[in-house]
Order: sequence, then C-alpha cells, then structure tokens
Amino acid sequence: MNRQRVAWLFLAPALIVLGLFFLLPVIAALALSLTDYDIYALANIHNLRFVALSNYWLLLQRPLFWSALGHTVYFVAIGVPLSMGTSLGAAMLLNSPLAKMKPFFRTALFAPVVTTVVAMAVIWRYLFNTKYGMANYVLGHFGVHPVDWLGDPHWAMPTIILFAVWKNFGYNMIIFLAGLQAIPIDLYEAARIDGASAWQQFRHITLPMLGPTLLMVSILTVSGYFQLFAEPYVMTEGGPLQSTTSVLYLMYEEGFKWWNLGSASAVAFLLFVMMFAVTALMLRLSKRGEGADA
Amino acid sequence: MNRHRLSGTLPKRSVFRVLLAVCVLAGNSIVLGSCAKAPADDHQLILWTIGREGEAIIKLLPDFERLHPDIHVKVQQLPLTAAHQKLLTAFAGNSTPDLTQLGNTWLPEMVALNALEPLQSQVDHSGVVKRDDYFPSIWSTNIIDGTLYGVPWYVDTRILFYRTDLLKQAGFDKPPQDWVQWRTMLGALSNPTQHRYGILLPTNEYEPLMALALQSPEPLLRDGGRYGNFESAGFKRVLTFYVDTFKLHQAPAITNVEAGNPWSEFGRGVYAFYLSGPWNMGEFRSRLPAAEQGDWSTMPLPGENGPGASVAGGSSLVIFRTSTHKQAAWTLIEYLSQPTVQQRLYDLLGDMPPRRSSWEGASLRDDPKAQAFREQMERMKPTPPVPEWERIATEMQLVAAQAIAGELTIDQATAKLDQRADTILEKRRWMLDHPQRSDAR
Repeated sequence: MNRQRVAWLFLAPALIVLGLFFLLPVIAALALSLTDYDIYALANIHNLRFVALSNYWLLLQRPLFWSALGHTVYFVAIGVPLSMGTSLGAAMLLNSPLAKMKPFFRTALFAPVVTTVVAMAVIWRYLFNTKYGMANYVLGHFGVHPVDWLGDPHWAMPTIILFAVWKNFGYNMIIFLAGLQAIPIDLYEAARIDGASAWQQFRHITLPMLGPTLLMVSILTVSGYFQLFAEPYVMTEGGPLQSTTSVLYLMYEEGFKWWNLGSASAVAFLLFVMMFAVTALMLRLSKRGEGADA
Repeated sequence: MNRHRLSGTLPKRSVFRVLLAVCVLAGNSIVLGSCAKAPADDHQLILWTIGREGEAIIKLLPDFERLHPDIHVKVQQLPLTAAHQKLLTAFAGNSTPDLTQLGNTWLPEMVALNALEPLQSQVDHSGVVKRDDYFPSIWSTNIIDGTLYGVPWYVDTRILFYRTDLLKQAGFDKPPQDWVQWRTMLGALSNPTQHRYGILLPTNEYEPLMALALQSPEPLLRDGGRYGNFESAGFKRVLTFYVDTFKLHQAPAITNVEAGNPWSEFGRGVYAFYLSGPWNMGEFRSRLPAAEQGDWSTMPLPGENGPGASVAGGSSLVIFRTSTHKQAAWTLIEYLSQPTVQQRLYDLLGDMPPRRSSWEGASLRDDPKAQAFREQMERMKPTPPVPEWERIATEMQLVAAQAIAGELTIDQATAKLDQRADTILEKRRWMLDHPQRSDAR
C-alpha cells in the first residue's frame, strides 16, 4: 500500500508533464477537429460550430489530400529503405578493421544531422540550381542534359528524398555502429574458418544480430519520414504544381496559412491514425518473423 | 502629449520614473528642461512591413523622425511568404504592432477579425490624405461594408510588357487594343518549333488570369459574396481566351520556377509579351543591356472590346485597434501619403503611387514606360472583398491549370470552380444569415 503510493509519487512529475503538455493538447486537438474553427471563430467564439465528422469527410473528398498522401507515401517508401541502407553501409565501412581515421569520418558523416535544415537547404538549392548548380555541371561532363531538379514536378520529390537521406543518415549510422560493435568477433572468426563468404557473413551473422536495432531504427525512421515538412517547406514551398506537398505540409497550410484549425486538426489525426497503423503492422510483422525463426 | 504617450519596456519606464522623481525633487527649471526630453525614447511606434518595402522605408524614416522628434519608429520586416500567418498568429496571440503594411486582398480578413481601426474620421480631418486625389478603385479596396480601414500606400496592378521591335517586324505599328487584335499578334509572334512564344503567363500565378477575369462584365462572386459566379458567360469567355493562348502554343505551359530567368529570355525574344507588375520595370532596366532598352515598352491590358481593366492590387497602411498610439500612427501614415514621399518610394523601389498628384513628380511624369501604369490605374477593378478571396483565387488557378492540361473543358472547369468556391464560402453564408452573431463580436 505504502509502496504503491511511493511509486505514484515517483511517477507523478512525469505523468503531470505528459498529461499537461501531451495528453491535454491531443484531446483539445481532437475536439477542435470536430469543429469548424476558422478566422471567424478566431474573431468571436460564438461563430464556432460543431460539425461532427464533416471535416474528415470533406478531407477524404479533397483531391489535394490524396495527392499529399501519395507524395508522403512515395517519400516514405523510397526514402526509408534508401536512408537505412546508406546508414548501414556507412556504419559497416566505419566498423571495418581496414578503416583509417575513424573518429574523423564518424564526425564528418554525422555533421549533416547537427546542422540546421534551413542553412543546408540554401546550399542544396545552389547545388541543384538548373543553370549554375554543381549537380548539373558534373552531369554535363557525362553528356546528361541539365535537369530542373527543383522546378520539374517529376524531379522535385527525388531531390527532396536525396536531401532528406543525406541530412538524416548519420543519426541511424551511429545507432547501427553501436549495434555492430556489440556483435562478438568470434562469430565472424568461426564463420571464416567454415569458409563463409563476406555476403554470407553479412546475411547470416550481421543481419540477424542487428535484428532488434533494425526494427527500432526502421520504426523511428518511418514515423519520422511520415512527418515530412521542413524539407519541402524550405526547398520548394510544396511546389512545383504541389508535387512536394506532404500531408503535414497540407496541415500547415490549412492551419496557419488559411487558419482553418478545425480541418487542420482533422489532417493531423488522420496522419496519426495512419502512422499508428503502419507502426503496429511493422511490430506485428517483426514478431511473426521472430516466431518463424524460432 | 499624454494622449500618445507610448508604453515602452518595463526597465525603460522605471528609469523614466526615477528621472521624473529626481526632476520633481530637484525643482530646478534647468533640470526639468533636460528631463522633458526623456519620454522621447519611450515613444516607440512599431511598424510591420512586408517584403521589399522594409528596406526602402528605413531610408524614408529619418526625415519623419526629424519632423516628429517625439515619435520613434521601429520597423520590423516580414518576408512575404511568412507575412500572412504572422499577422494571423499575432492577432491570435494579441501581439499585433501599432500599424502595418497590408496587402489589400488580406484587408477583408483582418476586418473580419475586427482587428483594424476605422479611419474615416482621421481622413475627414486630414490636410494630407484627400480621397479625391486617389484612384477610386484602389481607395475602394479599403472600404468594407461602408467603413474605411486603410489608406492606399502603393498600387500593384498588372499590365503588359512588350517588345516594340518584334511587333514592328511582324508588321504591327500599334500595340493591341482588344482581344481580337491581341490574338492575331500572339499568333504572328509565336513559333513553338523555334522556341518562340507570344507571351509568358506562368501557370502557378493566379494574378494574370485574375487580371483578365476582372475584365468580365459580371462579378466573380454573386449574392454579396455568398456564391461563386464562375459559370457566368463573362468568366467563361475569359477562361476560354486564357486557355486558348496555351492550346494554340502562344504561351508555354510552364511555372514561374521553370521560366527561370524571364528577363533575359524576353530580351532574347523568346517572349514578345509578358503580363506582369510594376517591380519588373526595375528588373528590365537593370537586367537588359543598354542596347536593348529601346526595344521594349509597356501598355495597359487589352480588353474584350477595347482597352480593358486590370486588378486593383497593392498595399495599404492600416492601424490596429489594439494600438495605444493611434495618433502617432496616423501621423506616420500622413507622412507616407505625401506626394513627395511617395515619389521617393517610387525612386527607391519602383512602387507605383496611388494618388494622382504623386504622379506629377518628374521621374514618373516624364517616363513613358511608367505612364502605361498611370493609364491602367484609371481602369482598375477591385477583387471581391471577402476574406476567402485568396483561397478562391488559388483554386481558380489550379482548375485553370487542369483546363490547360486538357483534363477539363471550359464548362467542366467553371462548374468545378463554382462548386469549390461555394464550399469555401459556406461559413460566410452562415455568418451572413446569422447577423446577430457577427454583430456580437
């Protein structure tokens, strides 16, 4: 009895902070998403109407919502594997006994993570400028015609993906590096004595031993990439032809550009439901995978 | 003096109080004389500017502060892309400035929020701001439901830049007066296989189509801004003319970003016409080589049957209701409204003045290229004064882009547009049908 009370006492600070700054705003946003809060309601709260689920209903009928969802899924589907592959590759290179100057490279590859996205976007906009950019200059030597990286609706999203991957891979790389260093070296030695190739070692030792790390990193990356916003905001402002408008960007425009906080909250909740479903599915799949292995 | 005593930061105030106490205690006229200047520091007027104007106004303010040593103006510059949300957030957070520059399409929104101070009585007593001197349509954009909320600062209308030499080569001595002539010239000047087009109309900007849409004899919204009116015969003719320009390959279907450097391409003759605004006067003058300066000119928009209307865009100066220094703010508005000051703003930035007497200045009067704007300003039309207009205009451009791409016919496009406009205006209709609620605010 007494112990229980002490336990609650210890939990109280965290619970209060979570309740006040997380749970309460979430409930308020849910309530907001059932109203038509807009500039008229901002002027006078009597202009607020309860609209039940019609924000959600209208949203599901808007072509822009579906195209924004499509762009977000595109970004996640290409960006997450690319980002994790790059992170794992870089981590393995850094972990290799042949690598020299490890601290230098570890810092250099991690640097993009700690620089601000706005400053980096300015530099990337120069790099990918159609006429004066380094990217087109280099490609020009191989006879490739100039690509309008940020102005062409077909190229803008790949450029954003490239930028996001470069910006973020260092973070996962550090986590993977820690995971790799935790794998006992005897496993590799035994495999080499048995004549296993490098690929076989990777497939049957590195990947299984990294399993939990991979799962955690993939869940973090997926939920992070679903919240695509800063990159299109600073690089393309959602354009050209709204080809880089993500779900979160749509929410930002609804909420802060047009001040339709009701429908912006509805966007936020739809995104939350989708991210929740995807994460749950990933956990379920990974459990099943573990069960099959055992 | 007390009337426009300005509340400053707390530390400053307490310093002032201590000084005051010292003065009173000393009871010495010499000390008092020096103390009388102390409140000047406290008279801080906060002015928000949007976009380029911020840099120019800093050069205009020293003269103002010399004339009014008791007012100190603090300018805070907002970038254009962030200005709208900043204004709304400031209102929600009760941290609006004393006065701001405000695009006149945003004015109805701020009025709906009841954020702005009515200015009619100030204008009635003013020796500087004279209604009759302003172009009527730009003045009317500041009147919502019969109340005046802003004073026009500069006009941003759209006209045509064109290549005089290319028109001459093609056998046209005079610029087009109406759509039929314009269409003929566009056809003669276009040669898509050689990458030459009659005109550049970036497909991501709604302003060119909006300028043409305002030429329609029917209003763009009907029933007092309750419903869209895009299925009217007038707008259908405008949209047909606009879409045909792309379908006949007289304009490339590209966005502003893809257009890259329209100035040098205009100079090379890729485009013979360019529908754009005042800021491009300066751009063309600085970007085109001296040899090409004689080859371009400006002209008012051609209309369906003879010279046509264009949009009455631009920025106004408005005072926020919550400001505690309204008199000082009005003094600044009066200063910025003086013809000589507006002429200086034109010289600094190329912002076109909204008053006829400001156009008497030499740099505007003797500039034939600027005179096209002067002529257009007598034939401008305001956009519908509803807070939702910018969203509707954005939808208008998106639907028009689909029509250009061939996904929609003109009838389908206008029907879709009316449907979207009606959805956006739903709340406004409800507000208008429940007047007691809107009065209660």
